[in-house]
Amino acid sequence: MGAVAHTPMVDLRADFPVLEREINGHPLVYLDSAATSQKPRQVIETMERFYSYSYGTVHRGVYELGREATELFEGARERIAAFLGWPSDCSIFTRNATEAINLVAYAWGRSNVGAGDEVLITEMEHHSNIVPWQLLCEETGARLRYLSVSEGCELSLDELDSVLAEGRVKLVAVAHVSNVLGTINPVGEIAQRARAAGAVSVVDGAQAVPQMPVDLGAIDADFYAWTGHKALGPATGMLHGRRELLKEMRPFLGGGHMISRVEREHSTWNELPWKFEAGTNAIAEAIGLGAAIDYLASVGMDRVREHERELAAYALERLPAVEGITLYGPESVDRRGGVIPFTIEGMHPHDIAELCDREAVCVRAGHHCAQPLMRLLGVGATARASFHVYNRREDVDRLVDALGKAREVFEL
Amino acid sequence: MDALYRDYILEHYKNPRNFGELDPHDLDWHDHNPLCGDELGVHIVVEDGRVKDLRFHGQGCAISQAAASITSDELIGMPLSEVPGLDAEWVIDQLGIDISPTRRKCALLGLKVMRGATTGDASWPE
Repeated sequence: MGAVAHTPMVDLRADFPVLEREINGHPLVYLDSAATSQKPRQVIETMERFYSYSYGTVHRGVYELGREATELFEGARERIAAFLGWPSDCSIFTRNATEAINLVAYAWGRSNVGAGDEVLITEMEHHSNIVPWQLLCEETGARLRYLSVSEGCELSLDELDSVLAEGRVKLVAVAHVSNVLGTINPVGEIAQRARAAGAVSVVDGAQAVPQMPVDLGAIDADFYAWTGHKALGPATGMLHGRRELLKEMRPFLGGGHMISRVEREHSTWNELPWKFEAGTNAIAEAIGLGAAIDYLASVGMDRVREHERELAAYALERLPAVEGITLYGPESVDRRGGVIPFTIEGMHPHDIAELCDREAVCVRAGHHCAQPLMRLLGVGATARASFHVYNRREDVDRLVDALGKAREVFEL
Repeated sequence: MDALYRDYILEHYKNPRNFGELDPHDLDWHDHNPLCGDELGVHIVVEDGRVKDLRFHGQGCAISQAAASITSDELIGMPLSEVPGLDAEWVIDQLGIDISPTRRKCALLGLKVMRGATTGDASWPE
């Protein structure tokens, strides 16, 4: 068995109240952070404090509460943008990553993609980075194309080059980290090659921002979308965009706050980023996300990444002991995030998850909102274990034990 | 014995009755569970207004495969006119286990496709 180098891992479990819970008489083991992460006290308390003592609407109140709310809200935006290395005025609060991608598909796509053009995505995308482009292509007559996923679960830059060289691609959309396979894609390289070919790049960073250092300035994509609820924060997302593009784009949603002046027949738009933030924001969520980013920054994203890498390595070392198991995803933990998809012969993933739950081990089962990828893997569904800073090696041991008990129930 | 994965449920899962295809067939239907992507199809041969023979195919969890297997046994020989009267309660009675809300569609997918084939009704059994 290959030895895993044991460097000290972070131990932040005391910050997460949910881990005090027992389910079915067992201490909770939460292994579904790729779907949504648990929240540290610091985030919960920040939001509670805001709702309790500082709640008001932003950008409008001339009274103290309004001023405080605005400062907290815009302060959160500034810290989040700085954390990721992108200008604050080009960092837009959205409902989630899905809405951020839809914003690009509507506000940029509808004006810039037409019949005969191509939108290039990949076979490892989440439905949120497939369906908005299907809708765009159906409406405009553009063609949706897919970059293939290799047997090693990676994308090919050569294939990207050859598709781009045909000269019809207007937009390339790709996941930074696959939510199913864990593959870390070379998004900086992809964005650069897309730009050289005259195409705009959109990166779905929903699985990347929570678990690894992300420098948006270095990646230099045209658009980068992610969501807070996977990053220890509440359910609010962000879209970071290139200023020139955001300035030219039509608004996404119309309404209050996104306007400069409203006439009877037409309107003019607010400045960036508010041009894309129609209506009252999810203010407490934005402030909560600021607290989540402060928390991650205090841990250090290098340490978070190392922690995820260690747990993935430990899981890849331990799980093959389960009879009948098949693991998916890149072999090297240097090229994958903390996501381990697996199947067990003779047991459907739903039943695996149900029986793990008896042992208070939460794993996801299903298609993970990536049905085209599931078909490619030749399975209808997989089980999936994913990690965050509150997980430890014992959680992997508990998973292995739960899988052994599940096999007993199924008399395998 | 496990309360959900009872011996007969696992037995139906591992050795489903009437699993496969029928060619030629008179009726067919295909559907999936949007929650998990599991798929199920059915072929039916009709004679004198009754289900003469039936085969189902596809993949799913123990609950969905066992439910489809048990439902298929009940449907063979049944007059087509009786199929629309079968509902969710009937399936869950046949299964003889408690079904949580998250597993309800697993249990009902079999009847859904079999009812779809015989009546054209594409809705989930209630």
